Amino acid sequence: MNTIATESSAQDFYCREEPHGHNGTLLGFWIYLMSDCFIFAALFACNAVLGTSYAAGPTGADVFDLTGLAVNTALLLISSVTFGFAMLEMARKRKRAMLGWLAVSGLLAAAFVGLEIHEFVTMIAEGAGPDRSAFLSSFFILVGTHGLHVTVGILWLIVLMVQLGKHGLHEANIRRLQCLSMFWHFLDLIWVGVFSYVYLVGVLR
Amino acid sequence: MSVKRLRGMFWLFPALALGGCHLVLLDPSGDVARQQSDLMIASAVLMSLIIVPVLIAVGVIAWRYRASNKKAVYDAEWDHSTYLELIVWAAPLLIIMALGAMTWIGTHQLDPYRPLTRIAEGRSAHVKAKPLEVEVVSLKWKWLFIYPQYGIATVNELAAPVDRPIHFKLTSSDMMDSFFVPSLAGQIYTMPGMQTVLNAVINKPGDYDGFSANYSGHGFTDMRFRFHGLSAKGFDQWVAKVRASGHDLDRAAYEKLHKPSRDEPAHYYAQYASGLYDRILNRCVEPGQMCMSQMMAIDAGEAHAPRARHGADAMTAEPSSQAPAHDAAAH
Amino acid sequence: MPNRSEFWNFLLGRLSLDSLPLHNMIVVVTFIVVATGGAALLGFITWKRQWGYLWTEWFTSVDHKKLGIMYMILATVMLFRGFADAIMMRAQQAIAFGDNMGYLPPHHYDQIFTAHGAIMIFFVAMAYIVGLMNYVMPMQIGARDVAFPFLNNFSFWLTVSGVLLFMVSLFIGDFSHAGWLGYPPVSELHQSPGPGVDYYIWGLQLSGLGTLLTGINFVVTILKMRAPGMSLMKMPMFTWTTLCTSGLIVVTFPILTATLLLLSLDRYIGTHFFTAGMGGNVMMYINLIWIWGHPEVYILILPLFGVFSEIVSTFSGKRLFGYSSMVYATVSIMILSYLVWLHHFFTMGSGADVNSFFSLTTMMISIPTGAKIFNWLFTMYRGRVRFDVPMLWTMGFLFTFTIGGMTGVMLSVAPADFLLHNSLFLIAHFHNVIIGGVVFGIFAGINYWFPKAFGFRLDPFWGKCSFWFWQIGFWFAFGPLYILGLMGVTRRLSHFTDPSLQKWFIIAAFGAFLILLGILSFVMQIYVSIRNREKYAVGHDPWGGRTLEWQTSSPPPPYNFAFVPKVHERDAWTNMKESGYQRPLQGFNDIHMPKSTATGVVLSALGFVFGFAMVWYIWWLAAVSFVALIAYAIFHTFNYNRDYHVSADEVNRFEHSGNWASDPQEARA
Repeated sequence: MNTIATESSAQDFYCREEPHGHNGTLLGFWIYLMSDCFIFAALFACNAVLGTSYAAGPTGADVFDLTGLAVNTALLLISSVTFGFAMLEMARKRKRAMLGWLAVSGLLAAAFVGLEIHEFVTMIAEGAGPDRSAFLSSFFILVGTHGLHVTVGILWLIVLMVQLGKHGLHEANIRRLQCLSMFWHFLDLIWVGVFSYVYLVGVLR
Repeated sequence: MSVKRLRGMFWLFPALALGGCHLVLLDPSGDVARQQSDLMIASAVLMSLIIVPVLIAVGVIAWRYRASNKKAVYDAEWDHSTYLELIVWAAPLLIIMALGAMTWIGTHQLDPYRPLTRIAEGRSAHVKAKPLEVEVVSLKWKWLFIYPQYGIATVNELAAPVDRPIHFKLTSSDMMDSFFVPSLAGQIYTMPGMQTVLNAVINKPGDYDGFSANYSGHGFTDMRFRFHGLSAKGFDQWVAKVRASGHDLDRAAYEKLHKPSRDEPAHYYAQYASGLYDRILNRCVEPGQMCMSQMMAIDAGEAHAPRARHGADAMTAEPSSQAPAHDAAAH
Repeated sequence: MPNRSEFWNFLLGRLSLDSLPLHNMIVVVTFIVVATGGAALLGFITWKRQWGYLWTEWFTSVDHKKLGIMYMILATVMLFRGFADAIMMRAQQAIAFGDNMGYLPPHHYDQIFTAHGAIMIFFVAMAYIVGLMNYVMPMQIGARDVAFPFLNNFSFWLTVSGVLLFMVSLFIGDFSHAGWLGYPPVSELHQSPGPGVDYYIWGLQLSGLGTLLTGINFVVTILKMRAPGMSLMKMPMFTWTTLCTSGLIVVTFPILTATLLLLSLDRYIGTHFFTAGMGGNVMMYINLIWIWGHPEVYILILPLFGVFSEIVSTFSGKRLFGYSSMVYATVSIMILSYLVWLHHFFTMGSGADVNSFFSLTTMMISIPTGAKIFNWLFTMYRGRVRFDVPMLWTMGFLFTFTIGGMTGVMLSVAPADFLLHNSLFLIAHFHNVIIGGVVFGIFAGINYWFPKAFGFRLDPFWGKCSFWFWQIGFWFAFGPLYILGLMGVTRRLSHFTDPSLQKWFIIAAFGAFLILLGILSFVMQIYVSIRNREKYAVGHDPWGGRTLEWQTSSPPPPYNFAFVPKVHERDAWTNMKESGYQRPLQGFNDIHMPKSTATGVVLSALGFVFGFAMVWYIWWLAAVSFVALIAYAIFHTFNYNRDYHVSADEVNRFEHSGNWASDPQEARA
């Protein structure tokens, strides 16, 4: 169609055909993730301010179990890899293989959450709960918020697997899976921050 | 200083209109407040340089180019002029650069933490004259003033000799308040478990208003005190009067004082429990509480006290004399 | 009721008959008035059998125009509430001198100033600007709707559930008395054990989530859905400011959510984020809340800068002067607004270097803002300025806001702020910019776009009354506050001892009364205009508009544009008019549109129940409503059938309807 602005025939000013809608879901979800980043930024900032306010209570070195942490981190990072495999299978339109990898990712994440709950319960039983000191408050809330995100991710994954099983790989489902994939990797990225800043720095200082 | 002349001008029109109302922020009696006030006035004058012409121009242009005035030029396409754009950005920029320079210097010179170098314009602070030390505690909802150099304490009444620097150390028992005597110096927050500092001097004898400028609950409205600027002799007499009251601010009396009350009348204490201010600051007035200074020492790994997992009830300790990390500035 | 059985405690949490403020006459009377009024309204709707219509055409609608209108109605209702609070405060301060303690005890007065601040910012100003952006922005970029129409509906209902929690607090329990930003230690559990702060927290969490979703929605809409040819630098100014505001929402509202979350954890499970002991840090709350709070005031004002830009250019019959410098100014304000939060507490003792830094960044904001004022000025220069009501509000803005800007820079000078902080001078300043900027802008926008939304103009006589009452009332109400501030009077006081202050408070109360007349004139203006809608009927372009929303009919069809416009220049509609554009009357296509859905209403209602249960510690109800909320949200995702087609025939019918009646005032253009 004519694009020269100065020519003043009426057809220059409107599209005769209905244009293809731009779907903004992926961009929107990405912006949501960025905003979520700010929630984590605020929680990280709290941890930076309160990270040494032990109130004469336990320090990071006292309560963190680095072996458990290593296992936990490995679980989450591997689940990201397996999620990547699922996305590759999706691209090849191999639904069953994709669902298999998704299930593996979900189980790994569930194990991660399970270990984290175990860690929390142990700490609280030892008297190192979130009400013991500002340091522990900030620890529980930052790690807990991440864990809550992972839990939501697992729930979403289950729902999406049902939907994929029922309706197959159509456009809307592919889009949803791409969003969940972004979410999954985003949580990994946050975990790298949690793991290195809260735990490792926390043990050292 | 040219600001002084400006003050005269600035004063004129509100003075006419107000007929006797005292705009204390424009005419304070302490050197610190006075300099802060000068800066405020200077900033207003500096900005008027641009604001007043703009306001006039808005009126003039809107009227000149009203739709019914067909004689005025009409140019619907005129929407850009590099020259004008330059002015549009440069004019405010220049004003703000000037104001910014003034502010940078003023903020550093008038930092409440900075010891006074002068007690009034052209009069440097005597190195010999030791500043008057006052420890301020905001309670629910009244003010406690402790004078460590004189061993006395007062509630809701503060006094200081004219022209002698005052060094306030401030904290709060529970709430966040703001210590403010408009005639004396700008305000500063008081916060529980933290210490802020204010340096000030009063230049004219008088009876001034003081209050909390930060909302702290239902009794906040009445959280007011009197501040007396006294001659050296008058101040000695005032101290004697406080001593003559005979009351003792021991721990029991403090606990009573600590209970919330509204509109508390001024009263005096001839003596107070030693280390009271430090204990309030460190939140360990009540027996059995661990002082924050010790808690912080343990957290910093300085003290080899056993770590208590189940609350801070295991030990009590004297507050450390240095009270290291309390300054709000350390934040 | 302390001695009731475990069962009742389980069932009702801490809610009991004592929670009803029956002892407070003011609240009881308010309740009777609100309840009778509400019952009358509900009865009227039932009698007229309008529930079905409201439900299908409005409540469940995902049409950005209808949501925009609903936001405006919500904001107007809350303006009455917030203003009632204001006038109660003015009355109290005018009489409470010496022995007279006034008619409001402190615990009631403190709730009123808290509610006034929170309501005016979150549910009046925010709701108005979101309403305006919702209504106008998609049409300005030639889109059929926003990027996520369902989320838009959901955002609105989340805001409503926040409003409801605030309103319920009037009659069940009490409201927060901790100030509009809920500073600890006042907002901590041991100082405020009642439900007030919890109402505040959950009301803001619900509506804050709604605002965040709106921000994301608008950013994506503007980035993805502009009409072909509309590059970023061809977007209308209002769309630019909407983009910047939405961007700010996306980066700041999460901070509010996080901050309130931490405060609620302190209150609910005994953490130590902001407590005085056990390592907590109250200064962290104040930093965090202002990292949200300062950008928030720019979130409010930026869209109105856009409104004024549209109006000045339209009513001067001229292109906007310095468009690109306006864009850069808006973007730099957006960025700078994130770097100034500490100026709200210079007096905390942060040290001279920190204070100087924030002082300077604050002042720097006045540079782009000043540039904007100049640009509006030069837009009028060599124009043909028509002083219709929208332009009157704009003139009022230019005068009032500029002075507010000046007092703002005075406050930004850190040493001066040590004197002015928390004083009535500060109160006068921010009302000066919020009323002079935001409120005037909202009224300008309402008068400007009302004909687009409803097909008839607003009555100019009552519009002018409203303007002058507001304008004069503002100076009567806040001029004395400037003076009182310089006399060293601080904010939030419910009683005074110095009788010489009283005359100023009486003048201020008189100013508030004038503003009341301004609000009533606005109501009158709407009423008179609806009654005389035939007389005020207009065509699609009553003001000689310059942007795309004036191309379509008034009111616009559900799909906005029968054909998606193509854009070649800024001021796209002016360009079309000048090029002799003829509206196509045939050859229509089927148009793809999103379906209405009840999900937003249901989820928000569950959110409200959850919030209420949390406030009153009714744990079983909180758990049930939370699970129901998740379950319903999942259920919603199983519905893939979310679109429908407006057939070409229907489009044809719309495009030949009465909405396209010719404009009696069209000669203006």
